[in-house]
Amino acid sequence: MSTTENATSEGAILVNGEARPLEEGMTLTGLLESLELDPATVVVERNREIVPRERYPDTPLSEGDRIELVHFVGGG
Amino acid sequence: MTQRNDTPNPSSDPPLVIGGKRFESRLILGTGKYRDNETMVRALRASGTEMVTVAVRRVDLDRKGDEAILNHLDPDEFFLLANTAGCYTADEAIRYARLARAAGFNEWIKLEVIGDEATLLPDVQATLEAARVLADEDFKVMAYTNDDLITALRLEDAGCVSVMPLASPIGSGLGLINPYYIREIKSRLEVPVIVDAGVGTASDACRTMEQGVDGLLMNTAVAVADDPVGMAIAMKEATSAGRRAWLAGRMPMREVAVPSSPTRGMLD
Repeated sequence: MSTTENATSEGAILVNGEARPLEEGMTLTGLLESLELDPATVVVERNREIVPRERYPDTPLSEGDRIELVHFVGGG
Repeated sequence: MTQRNDTPNPSSDPPLVIGGKRFESRLILGTGKYRDNETMVRALRASGTEMVTVAVRRVDLDRKGDEAILNHLDPDEFFLLANTAGCYTADEAIRYARLARAAGFNEWIKLEVIGDEATLLPDVQATLEAARVLADEDFKVMAYTNDDLITALRLEDAGCVSVMPLASPIGSGLGLINPYYIREIKSRLEVPVIVDAGVGTASDACRTMEQGVDGLLMNTAVAVADDPVGMAIAMKEATSAGRRAWLAGRMPMREVAVPSSPTRGMLD
């Protein structure tokens, strides 16, 4: 259960349910870059609030943040 | 079977208009379950569809997001209709709808709130609750529902731009189970009625369109056919054939034979 939804260790954030280390001063843009994701195709929810795309660069991440990164996939 | 007296003039079939947007094609296709993305795009093109559904899911961080449908599908070629598939509560569906809108393409949502895992039948109470909230937030809601007239009327009242009753359960391919209920819904609603789910093959599509509904939404029937592109063409033609037959007005059914050739003038 180390990577489950409500188990962040110190200095970590939850990204899509998995704990990841939080780097000092990291913004949402920085997180997406580190994950090699194109900000234009990903929608971000931070602690259940949608973050508008233009705010990614100035949205800092804090310890314990729950980040959801979603996009469109095939579906009916 | 009795004939409807509101059959439109067969010589003119105005395009389908949903939420103020015109569509030449009456077929909406899903983008799930295809064996590969190239086949999917070829099938979508072959079907003539202008609107395709997509689902909202977590990015698979191990795959760097390469399952993103927009790597394969041009949103300028196909109008994207995001769905809330997989949601079991109104709150969950509302959350998914808001995420879909934040993707920045449009404010349309295929609202789907499932009530039962085994049958995937809709939770109509939760669907109605979510529809009201989303319509208030200026979403264009196309609501998946069962073939119940009262729910369909309530969804229209809630502000849905289209009501989408099922032909039969999602992914079942059982075809149109209750044509009477579907006709009843169509005859009572002002907004377009799109039959969503259950169509298995071309005859199902044709028969459903023959009930007078405005369009069809399907996914599995095309995606899992041996030849999805071939089935997409069949569905395009069947949808069109069913529509034309409806517009033309079918002959009455009689449980007696009536000769087509003159009975007079026979030789002695």
